[in-house]
Amino acid sequence: MAMSALWVGMICVSLLCALVTGRADAVAAAAVTGAAEAVELCLSMAGMLCLWMGVMEVMRRSGLSEGLARLLRPLLRRLFPAFAGDEEVMAAVSANLSANLLGLGNAATPLGLEASRLMARRTPGVASDGLCMFVVCNTASIQLLPTTVASLRSAAGCATPFDILPATWLASVLSILAGVTAAKALSLVWRT
Amino acid sequence: MSLVFNMVMPAMLALIALWGMARRVDVYDAVVQGASGGLGVLARIVPPLIALLTAVAMLRASGFLELCAQWAAPLLLRFGIPPETAPLLLVRPISGSAALGVGADIIATYGPDSTIGRTAAVMMGSTETTFYTIAVYFGAADIKKTRYAIPAALCADCVGFFSAALATRLFFPA
Repeated sequence: MAMSALWVGMICVSLLCALVTGRADAVAAAAVTGAAEAVELCLSMAGMLCLWMGVMEVMRRSGLSEGLARLLRPLLRRLFPAFAGDEEVMAAVSANLSANLLGLGNAATPLGLEASRLMARRTPGVASDGLCMFVVCNTASIQLLPTTVASLRSAAGCATPFDILPATWLASVLSILAGVTAAKALSLVWRT
Repeated sequence: MSLVFNMVMPAMLALIALWGMARRVDVYDAVVQGASGGLGVLARIVPPLIALLTAVAMLRASGFLELCAQWAAPLLLRFGIPPETAPLLLVRPISGSAALGVGADIIATYGPDSTIGRTAAVMMGSTETTFYTIAVYFGAADIKKTRYAIPAALCADCVGFFSAALATRLFFPA
């Protein structure tokens, strides 16, 4: 329903705004061409998106994800002290975050849901500090190769769609640091 | 510098393929299988994009997106964020496909190599669909009291948007 409100809102606002700004002709034209543009955009993204999905399949089959999960373990024990001794939870959490790092969204989500179910067993109905931290880590993007955005840029005629990588990594690191710091700080004051 | 970035993609391809070979993966088969999975991803994003890009194109043509930028400019410019990215900031935490539609519109309107287009791309690559993720994860775990998860996650989003603008200026000085 939220999406319905958003979509209907967008259509109505553009009609109202067109009447005020006197751009009704342009809006009428956009209403006719927008759908075709969406299909063209997807077609021009398709090649690169599919290629990288193929590359990710190689990463998945070669066990890169499991190796990364092992590397992440020591860091994650510190981030989730309450669950450090719980092998089942730590396995799901590290598998989820390493799948996220590699951009394997289809694998990451079920692992993440499993991890949050396991974490919630201790405190039914209430998000524990560990679960809050885990969800915050998942709402921050840690994807090493933002392939969808790169495909989007290449569809718009960009010759070097991955030149934003260093900037994206820097912004991701600062963003997740802010999230983790905020979660840690709030866990000290938010007792209920 | 641009040579390094140009080589990122082919070098990654070669490295991952060689690593796969070393781990005895049927690399070619994996690439083809993965690519056919990519078609499934595309099939899922086409219908929402048709709906959302129509709405975004109408908003763009009506002049509303420019108005949004004008309203948000005093606040966003203080943080060094290009005001033209304001619509993206609004929808990014709510809907992934709406953000894809708005981002595609910004990149097409201002160009993928413009400061605005690059900032939008970095924002999309460094933030997530926060509310959707929170709803799905807490829903699966049957959590009613979400405590401080939402404020902490929104804090990460705000810093993400700010850092995306900062990092773009840093790596691509105009």
